[in-house]
Amino acid sequence: MDYQPPPFFSRGPAPLVRLGFFACLAVLLMVLDARFRYAESLRQVVALLAYPLQRAALAPAELFGAAAGFFTTQVSLKQENEQLKAKQLLAANDVLTADALRAENAQLRRLLEARERLPRPSTLAEILYRGRDPFSRKVIIDKGSRQGIRSGQAVIDDIGVVGQVTRVYPLLSEVTLITDKEQRTPVQVLRNGLRAVIYGGGERGTLDLSYTAANADVLADDVLVTSGIDGTYPAGLPVAKVARIERDAAYSFAKITCVPTAGTDQNRQVLVLSQEMNIPPAPTETESVAGKLPKQKRAKKRE
Amino acid sequence: MAFYEQQQRILSPAKAGYMALTLVLALLFNLLPWRNVVGLPDMVALVLTFWCVHQPRKIGIGIAWFVGLVMDAGNGALLGQHAFAYAFLAFAAVSLHRRILWFSAWRQAAHVLVLLLASQLLMLAVRLVAGGAFPGLTYFAGSFVAAALWPTASFLLLLPQRRPAGMDENRPI
Repeated sequence: MDYQPPPFFSRGPAPLVRLGFFACLAVLLMVLDARFRYAESLRQVVALLAYPLQRAALAPAELFGAAAGFFTTQVSLKQENEQLKAKQLLAANDVLTADALRAENAQLRRLLEARERLPRPSTLAEILYRGRDPFSRKVIIDKGSRQGIRSGQAVIDDIGVVGQVTRVYPLLSEVTLITDKEQRTPVQVLRNGLRAVIYGGGERGTLDLSYTAANADVLADDVLVTSGIDGTYPAGLPVAKVARIERDAAYSFAKITCVPTAGTDQNRQVLVLSQEMNIPPAPTETESVAGKLPKQKRAKKRE
Repeated sequence: MAFYEQQQRILSPAKAGYMALTLVLALLFNLLPWRNVVGLPDMVALVLTFWCVHQPRKIGIGIAWFVGLVMDAGNGALLGQHAFAYAFLAFAAVSLHRRILWFSAWRQAAHVLVLLLASQLLMLAVRLVAGGAFPGLTYFAGSFVAAALWPTASFLLLLPQRRPAGMDENRPI
């Protein structure tokens, strides 16, 4: 007969067994989350638990912001007012010409029977804080699914593309900056229309124009704009400026480093653009597959 | 004869509610909108280690795993990353709890530093495999700060247990 300890000494499975079990569970979750994105519903459930804590944690910052706004001195307001007036004077000229150009552009498009680009509805959002995950470059904005934010939408500021909404909570959403290592943005060189895909550079805060041929026509100070062929970003938004080009005969690709145009680390106000709905289906696919295609493309891009 | 490096007080038993409260407060601290603060201590890891060392029968790997999951969801990190690291941390703390309590507070902190660094290394390895960017060596500063907070945290977290259950003239403790 084998010896059994009395039941009041029983402490369940050995710690090593428990560690093995929970480690396997964690690894399974991580693989599901990173590779297949099946874990989103579980994340939503757990996030619901963390949500009251998140709100409570945000309260002091909001209070501080309100207090700081209350005590803004009159001098700084006056200065800001003068600056804005000067800026408006400068901008007035551009606005007048822009109206004329828009009208002309619309007429030309109609003439070319081009698809008329509808002005996209957009939502103004404020950046609450930088994401706490030190391995990625993300920010949290104060608008969520209740305000109509959807995953995959483009986020811009007044001078260029900031990033893309990658995860949506009821009242908050998470924006992956274009400088994140996992983020890719389809771009075009403004000068000659050369298309490429730009990769985030991670913690350096720069962008890399990877897989561009060594003899490609890219020069320093070239402006890169979104190409719009992904159906996510509208075409023509400034993304980055080429900073440095290294061409090494040993490699078939040039190493092109760019700096983002938009203040990916500075601004507080951003604009979330809604998705363009009139994406034509892919031409060669059958009807059932074609309906799914844009979604798949976006999902791939987010990975 | 003194077995311990420091004098030990007889403590009243820890209440599960109090332990849960400290964990929730630590979660709240971690979820505060910190803006790029270098060397921010991971309070949840510290409190978890503390309770695993002091009350290994009431808290363990399962609870640590779940708290890590909440951290992941709240942080927008890879789901399971903190859960994995915290489960390991709890396992190490529970295995070492008899050894750690022999030492004085600062030597305990040295043990805890190693545990926290190991859990951070695990998280780093997981994220690098999953394709994250290396955040720089300042990432590890948080563990040093957390270990430096260990003596203070021990004192504060044990305060309710030091309190006598009721007023009594004749009792020495």
